[in-house]
Amino acid sequence: MITLSHISKSFSPDKQAVSDVSFEVQRGEIMVLLGTSGCGKTTTLRMINRLITPDSGQIHINGKDIAAEPAETLRRGIGYVLQNHGLFPHYTVLENISIVPQLLQWDKARMKERALSLMEKLGLPPRDYANAYPQQLSGGQQQRVGLARALAADPPVLLMDEPFGALDPLTRISVRREFKALDELNSKTVILVTHDVEEAFDLGSRICIMDKGRIQQLGTAVELLFRPANDFVRSFLENQRLELELASLQLTDIWRFIPQQAAHNTEKPLPCNATCREALEALLDGPATVSCHGEHRQLDGTLLFNAIAAYKKQ
Amino acid sequence: MDTPETFTDFIRQQSGKLLEQTLTHTGLTFISVLIAVCIGVPLGILIIRRKRLSGLVLGIAGVLQTIPSIALLGFMIPLLGIGPKPAIVALFLYALLPIIRNTYTGISGVDNSVTEAARGMGMSPRQLLFKVQLPLAMPVILAGIRTATVINVGVATLAAYIAAGGLGEFIFGGIALNNTSMMLAGAIPAALLAILFDWLLSLLQHLNIRRFRRLLYILPLLFLALSSIYLLPDTSSGKIKAGFTPEFMGRKDGDIGLRTVYGLHLPTLVISDMIMYKAAAEKKLDVISGSSTDGRVRAYDLVVLEDDKHIFPPYYAAPIVRMSTLEKYPELEPVLNKLSGTINDSIMTELNYRVDYLKQTPEKVAKDYLTAIGLWKPATGGNKGNIRIGSKIFGDGYVLANMYKILIEGYTDLSVTTKTGLGGTKIVFDALINDQIDMYPEYTGTGLLVILQAPQQVTDSIMSDSKKVYDYVQTGFEKQYRVKWLLPIGFNNTYALMMRREQASSLGIHTISALKQYTDHK
Repeated sequence: MITLSHISKSFSPDKQAVSDVSFEVQRGEIMVLLGTSGCGKTTTLRMINRLITPDSGQIHINGKDIAAEPAETLRRGIGYVLQNHGLFPHYTVLENISIVPQLLQWDKARMKERALSLMEKLGLPPRDYANAYPQQLSGGQQQRVGLARALAADPPVLLMDEPFGALDPLTRISVRREFKALDELNSKTVILVTHDVEEAFDLGSRICIMDKGRIQQLGTAVELLFRPANDFVRSFLENQRLELELASLQLTDIWRFIPQQAAHNTEKPLPCNATCREALEALLDGPATVSCHGEHRQLDGTLLFNAIAAYKKQ
Repeated sequence: MDTPETFTDFIRQQSGKLLEQTLTHTGLTFISVLIAVCIGVPLGILIIRRKRLSGLVLGIAGVLQTIPSIALLGFMIPLLGIGPKPAIVALFLYALLPIIRNTYTGISGVDNSVTEAARGMGMSPRQLLFKVQLPLAMPVILAGIRTATVINVGVATLAAYIAAGGLGEFIFGGIALNNTSMMLAGAIPAALLAILFDWLLSLLQHLNIRRFRRLLYILPLLFLALSSIYLLPDTSSGKIKAGFTPEFMGRKDGDIGLRTVYGLHLPTLVISDMIMYKAAAEKKLDVISGSSTDGRVRAYDLVVLEDDKHIFPPYYAAPIVRMSTLEKYPELEPVLNKLSGTINDSIMTELNYRVDYLKQTPEKVAKDYLTAIGLWKPATGGNKGNIRIGSKIFGDGYVLANMYKILIEGYTDLSVTTKTGLGGTKIVFDALINDQIDMYPEYTGTGLLVILQAPQQVTDSIMSDSKKVYDYVQTGFEKQYRVKWLLPIGFNNTYALMMRREQASSLGIHTISALKQYTDHK
């Protein structure tokens, strides 16, 4: 668990880079810091592993003040993924992944076993890539190695600074999918910085929108979309609103606006945690049956849109 | 005993010396680069961490680089004396800039996201330096070491001027003696060394970064081995230490004559005549090969040892002029001859003393003297033609060139350009032959032995008679080069062995034979 309380930082006297930021991130949660460049999100992230020292405020990780231990020790317990991967060009993939375990003086066999298993999980067959150098890999593969390196020592906390930002859109989506599927993440506290709204909504358990060094709103996707705290948040999401709404709303959210109509058993089934977007895709082939709370209701395109409209009006 | 005829003959005969000089040269180069690496790399790292110092440190190293090498060597003498020590320090200072600068740029050039990642992973500054910054900056640092090494191979030739040895001994000896083979025997190996070291270090630079790591430990050992010549104790410390110029070392009427005629074998350093007298006065050397009219003989209270077996031929000075110039301006010859017979040995020593020691300008000394003997006349300002007067790079030449300038401009309608300080005999004589100067003061002995390279039996038969030598060179020059020897000026600036007066009298040494006896008993 990571707790920030009243963190402020300025690099020049007339401008606050980060002002009075407080939040808490639970274990197993992915918190996304979202905002335009210069909004203070990366500065906030870098204060957590002490690459930047805050002017005021405290940061605790699992109840311990991070300023109380040597910065090096702290950082070895925090996984860190950078936008431009920052792999060591003179180290092989295997050595790159083993950097932190080596700093922690693991024994060789354990180090290697861990690195190889991470490579397998991230779709980098060790036979082909273990002894390759970073410059021999594609951008997506480099980013995967960067991710493996951050996870190698199994740190309880993972900080990610625009981890997929340098990748082309197709690669970005596939690397992101692999990342989401990692079982390793369940037990970690993750903070991810991005300026990509879609990515934030795709990955974040909660999203913290920042502007001019301040938190504008912190909440779940649905809260940000349907209960924006201010105009900035509203306009920030405006461009992709429909898409985000469809992707964020689950059928269970609009369940009470779907008419209680008996379903035909021939229609294909939809689970109640499906998103509206998934439902819409399925409905393109014809009506479907939604099952929620042990009840079955029939759904088609018109019913879906009516339900969404009703949800938004409430 | 004959001067070697061809380059290959020379190499064959001098192979032992050539090898020794090459080793010394390599040693000087590598020990100075090694010290520069030991100090330059940490300095480079320091200014990465304290950026505010970087301007200052790079600035100082840059200024050191711009000091002319011979001047830098000169600065070292009052501090460190002569020999390898000041040479190594000077070379070290030259090697410093490329090494500091490349360390600095090499480390600055490491991708920011890589160092950022290294810090984020939890590396300490030390681990960051040794695991990331230095390995990644290594090719650039090695390029700096490579530049420094090549620069130092070149600059190390000048070390011969301050008795530090190296291939410069042959190069400067060759220039002074008009001996192309000797010059090439120094210059070619020096060039080859530079190319060889450059190539070897470029191999290192482009090696796989991985294999590097082990090599990096070997490299200092290699440098140390190459410079080991200076780490061994000096075994040749005798009682009487001699310092001879490169020119003297290679002359029949120099060291060779001392060895064969007198049987005198002294532990000898090769040294530039610019600092030789001072080194003798400061007791760094005991016996030096001076020229008898040098002003510093008087300034430093040295005495000339009598040449009781007559190995040093007469060196009477006289102006030598291109015949074509004399034909074009017939009025020139009588004017130049006005000086004939007016300057004897002690007057010349006195004039040189004023220039060398009292630091009067040669122009002033020349004018004062001509005024004193009633020859001075103001310049007519005529522009009938231009006479180019050259001179070698020591006292006599400067003063005489200025006297001739005053005489020609005072008594004829010709104007004069002086080109003084034209290195050794070879340079100034080649300039005369190639019509780049019209005249310069030369010595009969030099004409006989260095320029005409008269056969042994001829020199033996005429050596003791200065008139015969004068006649021989006059005929020879007219026939071979169309250059005329005018009347001798009067003084005899011969080679001489000299010692400090107080040491010579306390040891009772007044002749070269006595010196030989003294060294034999020690």
